[in-house]
Amino acid sequence: MSEKVSELSMLEAINETLHSEMARDERIVVLGEDVGRNGGVFRATEGLIEKFGENRVVDTPISEAAIAGSAVGLAMAGLVPVAEIQFLGFSYQAMHQIAGQIARLRYRTQSRFEPQITIRAPFGGGVRTPELHSDSLEAQFANIPGLKIVLPATASDAKGLLTSAIRDPDPVLFLEPLRGYRGIRDLVPDEEHAIPLGEANLVKKGDDIVIISWSYQVELSKRVAESLEEDGVSVAVLDLRSIVPLDVEALTQIVAHCGRAVVVQEAPETGGFASEIIATINDECFWSLEAPVARVSGFDVPYPVGMLENLYVPDEARIRAAVLKTMEEE
Amino acid sequence: MEITDEILIDLYKRMVRVRLFEEEAGRLAESARLPGFLHLYVGEEAVAAGVCGALESQDQITSTHRGHGHLLAKGGDFNRMMAELMGKATGYCNGKGGSMHICDLDLAMLGANGIVGAGVPISVGAAYANKLTGNGLISVSFFGDGATNIGAFHEAANMAAALSLPMLFVCENNEYAEYSPRHKTMAITDVIERAAAYGFPGAIVDGMDCVAVFEAASLAIEKIRGGEGPMMLECKTYRFYDHVGVKGTASDYRTDEEVEEMRKRDPLVVHETRLIESGIMDADSIQAIKDDIQKEVDISVEFADQSPFPELEDMLVDVYTNGESS
Repeated sequence: MSEKVSELSMLEAINETLHSEMARDERIVVLGEDVGRNGGVFRATEGLIEKFGENRVVDTPISEAAIAGSAVGLAMAGLVPVAEIQFLGFSYQAMHQIAGQIARLRYRTQSRFEPQITIRAPFGGGVRTPELHSDSLEAQFANIPGLKIVLPATASDAKGLLTSAIRDPDPVLFLEPLRGYRGIRDLVPDEEHAIPLGEANLVKKGDDIVIISWSYQVELSKRVAESLEEDGVSVAVLDLRSIVPLDVEALTQIVAHCGRAVVVQEAPETGGFASEIIATINDECFWSLEAPVARVSGFDVPYPVGMLENLYVPDEARIRAAVLKTMEEE
Repeated sequence: MEITDEILIDLYKRMVRVRLFEEEAGRLAESARLPGFLHLYVGEEAVAAGVCGALESQDQITSTHRGHGHLLAKGGDFNRMMAELMGKATGYCNGKGGSMHICDLDLAMLGANGIVGAGVPISVGAAYANKLTGNGLISVSFFGDGATNIGAFHEAANMAAALSLPMLFVCENNEYAEYSPRHKTMAITDVIERAAAYGFPGAIVDGMDCVAVFEAASLAIEKIRGGEGPMMLECKTYRFYDHVGVKGTASDYRTDEEVEEMRKRDPLVVHETRLIESGIMDADSIQAIKDDIQKEVDISVEFADQSPFPELEDMLVDVYTNGESS
């Protein structure tokens, strides 16, 4: 059986998924700033308003609290909101509604209300967007019980995971790497494609060390892993795909197999999700380790603008250095 | 519109339900039988009764930190409310939400809220859903004067107006934002000016008179249902007790004279006088209503007392679907 596929950018895959999900389920309402007439500032929602009309594709005021808050009311009234926060850094304006309302409604209602709410937001650096347009805030949201956090690394996964996110009965924060919108292209199934949330993807097998990552850093990690093969180091790459839920089993299995691990994240180091990964490794398979687990992160500074971001964002050289150093540890 | 005797009696019952439940909750709090904060609605009953009395059962409401009155006036269950206040497993939120986070989707009550102003944008979403599906419902947000100083209110008011949504904004102006008087926290006298700023109409209403509220709400609701977009009522009302807990007098932030003056306008007394003077009810039938409702309140205390507290396993469920914790 050969599945039909098309080569798409991550952005095209996201756009196609929004089209197909809105066609499948007429309860879905897309809302956000400039998502309608303009098709989204990155074109993620292009063509939706023409196909589904302005009642289901809503241009909102620049009001993040009202966007996230009205998603709650829409869901409670029986619709399925797919909200866009134009940049993840703007979510600070919506933080109360996301953390204080959306994430807690199931708990307050003993699951009588199923908060089928998706919030999409682009994030991450590397495309010269300024601070608050580039910040990687995933760890801040990971500390909010009730919220799922999904971060695709490929176009195919963007389709498969967004499909599942929209259909999921829990609220999902779906984070799209700005660098990946046009910078990542791969083969995407033409037909319906849903990847269960909480299943990590071992994108490259390896025996000596594993690089654990998510979102765009998976792309960098793959390149480093492949280049190190030439140097005789067998490097596995694990794409977590979602940090909540976290695939502890896949994580433990590969770390125990390799005995060495490096975690790569773009966020500042202190309190980043890499720390949680390392704590989980300590809990689950500490005695399999042959070396301390290393982190490659951004720096503990506000996201720097302009050319400085070249130094801030983890690159292949820093990941490679961390892998080699971890390989040398006795 | 014609207000029948039946409506007048119904409004009275709604107010008595709130008053007697709240007085009981206050007594329990004073004897340390309720954990956490208690924000009593006593004094403001005419607003919840007048508005909820004018709604269809499936019209959605969002409520506030002072939210017991809204749910009770919409028909909330005494037992589940009292149990929630006591932190019991049989409460509206299994004893996990508390006084400020009760919601009842069967009654289209989308939630009380511990954060001032947080319910207003939620009502915008419900109003949008009503408009999109053409279900004929409206959504109502109750909020205090203090809430109109927070950003969420302004985002919500603007968005409801821009999208011409079927939503009623009900400001319960009790003149105090927690302990700070209105004139210290805003430079306008009437909150209703803020509706005009966003381009929708509204009215100032005597919030101590359930009939005035009912009439104004009915008029507004008819227009909103007819597709005229959002409206606001500013109900001038008063909180007989303090921001938290009971007391109400001998406080630093307002005078006893002011409280006594407002107590003369007790919404229950105002309406009782009307019912008696118009010959609709007499003192005995009024007392009979109070006795019946007090019995229900007593039963709820008994129910809550005998209910178990939630256990550790209850704490760990309903975070994610299928009852999972993370």
